[in-house]
Amino acid sequence: METTSFLYLAPFLVFFPAIGLLVNLIFGSRFSEKAIGWIASAASGAAFVVSVLLAYSVSVNHGELMRWTIGEWIHIGNLQLDWTFRVDSLSTTMMLVVSGVGTLIHIYAIGYMHEDVRFKNDVGRYRRFFVFLNLFIAMMMILVSGDSYMMLFVGWEGVGLCSFLLIGFWYEMDTLARPSWANSNAAKKAFITNRIGDFGFLIAGFIMFWQIGSFQFDQVFELAHTVEPGIIVAITLFMLIGVAGKSAQIPLYVWLPDAMAGPTPVSALIHAATMVTAGVYLIARSAPLYSLVPQAQNIVAMTGAVTALFAATIAVGQYDIKKVLAYSTISQLGFMVAAVGMGAYVAGMFHLVTHAFFKALLFLSAGSVILGLERGHHHLAHHSPSSPALPPKGEGSSHAYPSPTGRGARVREEVFDPGDMRNMGGLRKTMPVTFWLYIFGTLALAGIWPFAGFWSKDEILLDAKLHYPTVYWLLAIAAFFTAFYMGRQIWMVFFGEPRHEAAAHAEESPKIMTVPLMVLAALALLGGALNLPFEGFHNLTLWLGHTLGEVEGLPLNLGVAGVSTLLALLAILISWFLYGRNPLKKGQIDPLKKPLGFLFTGMENKWFIDEIYWAVFIDRYVDIARFLADVVDWRFWHDWFHEKVIAGTYNWLANIALNRYADQQGIDAFINALGKATQWASAATRKVQNGFVRSYALSIFLGVILILGYLLLK
Amino acid sequence: MVPVNYYIILSAILFTIGALGVLVRRNPLIIFMSIELMLNSANLAMVAFSSVLPKPEGQLQNYSGQIFVFFVIAVAAAEVAVGLALIVQIFKSRHSINVDEMNNLKG
Repeated sequence: METTSFLYLAPFLVFFPAIGLLVNLIFGSRFSEKAIGWIASAASGAAFVVSVLLAYSVSVNHGELMRWTIGEWIHIGNLQLDWTFRVDSLSTTMMLVVSGVGTLIHIYAIGYMHEDVRFKNDVGRYRRFFVFLNLFIAMMMILVSGDSYMMLFVGWEGVGLCSFLLIGFWYEMDTLARPSWANSNAAKKAFITNRIGDFGFLIAGFIMFWQIGSFQFDQVFELAHTVEPGIIVAITLFMLIGVAGKSAQIPLYVWLPDAMAGPTPVSALIHAATMVTAGVYLIARSAPLYSLVPQAQNIVAMTGAVTALFAATIAVGQYDIKKVLAYSTISQLGFMVAAVGMGAYVAGMFHLVTHAFFKALLFLSAGSVILGLERGHHHLAHHSPSSPALPPKGEGSSHAYPSPTGRGARVREEVFDPGDMRNMGGLRKTMPVTFWLYIFGTLALAGIWPFAGFWSKDEILLDAKLHYPTVYWLLAIAAFFTAFYMGRQIWMVFFGEPRHEAAAHAEESPKIMTVPLMVLAALALLGGALNLPFEGFHNLTLWLGHTLGEVEGLPLNLGVAGVSTLLALLAILISWFLYGRNPLKKGQIDPLKKPLGFLFTGMENKWFIDEIYWAVFIDRYVDIARFLADVVDWRFWHDWFHEKVIAGTYNWLANIALNRYADQQGIDAFINALGKATQWASAATRKVQNGFVRSYALSIFLGVILILGYLLLK
Repeated sequence: MVPVNYYIILSAILFTIGALGVLVRRNPLIIFMSIELMLNSANLAMVAFSSVLPKPEGQLQNYSGQIFVFFVIAVAAAEVAVGLALIVQIFKSRHSINVDEMNNLKG
């Protein structure tokens, strides 16, 4: 057994990316861009190899849970926390997804960031990007391999930090590279919204430790039966707040669309494939807790289902290619959360895996489209066939810390948004490879047979149909919208005529970007094979069953599959009818606007959720903050308490009590009196020394007489 | 034999006369004589005590007091020599030997 176990490699899941980031951090300034990119990719790839070996070890050990402790972390009283790697079928599944998709995205980013840093005039940030990306992989590995809720939380916060750093990667500009704090505001929004979720997670942890007395997964699950069900409900629901924050569910999803401010590989890796699925993983990991409390499961499932539908409707009305995908991600995360909420943990994890493939594919293809348009735009701006000119070396470094207002040197002929689908059109001719990759991703996401999304989505729908009819209908309608907005996107981006000169001159991306996408496309096509709904093909069900206990492998239900396929085809047909038959002209308003009216206005404007949040929470928060700052802090604390009470008292003490009374009248008077006494005494005794030997002799005699008298009369 | 008390009383009287002489007279010669008087009153007391001290083994008398007196006489002679020399020098420079005029060391 020992010979086939690679358990001792588990720490290298974290160490390999950490080594990669340290090498790039310390020595990166001497490396070329290619070297930096490949070192980071190799670090991530090494983690993938470790993941494969660990998965192999788990499978030869018949799915038995394995642990590898590398050190004590916190030992205080009852609290015994170690840094332990938990290797079981669930965690290795996540490891494979994180490091596998992560490595492909690293390789893609070598090409993507090469151009991105040049379009944005700061070549120096290339290295920083890969350092952050490696840090993210390391943190994500801590998250999925943790053996206790606290270790998971460390990774949970770590990936939140990386998300913040990478959303705000171009922190001093907006998504159109104009000087602005828009990107850094998006980063802060993501971070703060996630803190609200983490607050819920922390409370769940506190209750858990208070009532159950442990953070370790197995101990918690074992002792969960012994505490009141109400406690478990509280733990699971507070945990749901954390999940809603990290996995972008209602009501905390608002950060994810803004997170598209980060470079596209970040959107693909963090905000589509891996980090946002951490919430789904958390619920799947906590399956024994959720299974105890059906009422909490109901709430989780409904949250997921409502989010899935709600976000899908918003995606319909978006014009930004990445925003559509962002809302699509929220919607798909809703599917997963609904699945794990229903207790269909395998279906949720299955969808997580396939979604990681096809949504990473879609995001990266969208990045390829955006760069293609940038290239076209650049080509137009410079009227030269060469690819983007390298900015002078000094220029890049001088832009290292520009102020948002002082960026006048930037040459921009017009404000051109390479992500706006209204600027695209007809790209299938100029970017054929990207076009086909995008088609693969779209079909997988829309759930068309035989792509991966078909199998995983139908598994969720089938589970929902059997146990939660409401959820089923919500998800089915969401699936309809999914196919519709993806169809709309395809027609708008790749068909019709170019609506902008840049789209007409768009150029295909280099191999370094398209080859990883081809791998992802293959996975999006074949990923369904992980868990086919036929007898003997429930591989993922069996695999995860080792961790999640006995899970039924459902057979294919032709009714459910048929309905969802029909809905998807119908949606694509309608989208063709609206956007494909008569392609959008330049400046034309969206054809949906007329039939849907105010509904489309709502979709376009994200149902005004951001505005409502501003009015209800953020403005109130600002009011409170202003009140605290102005009235409480400034006027009360500063003006009254500090100035009047403390400074006043101090001044009174210093000037009156200490200075006038204690110092002037006490100490000074004493010292002066001492001086006077000395003067008086010396004036008095000076007379004794009159220079007459006789009088000195007299005093000697008198002294002698005194001493003798004393001695005699004693 | 005359009791020792008488010697002591005489010695005390002589000492007091000497002391008063030092204090009240202004002529340094008289003051010298008074100092001599005090020294000799002390000599008298020592000689008197010497006669009543217990005798050491094999000796007729205890001589320590008497030897002491010799020393005192010798020192007094030396003192007079120095003192008279001083007085002569003072007289040479000031043409007066009135001690009340010699108060230049007054602080």
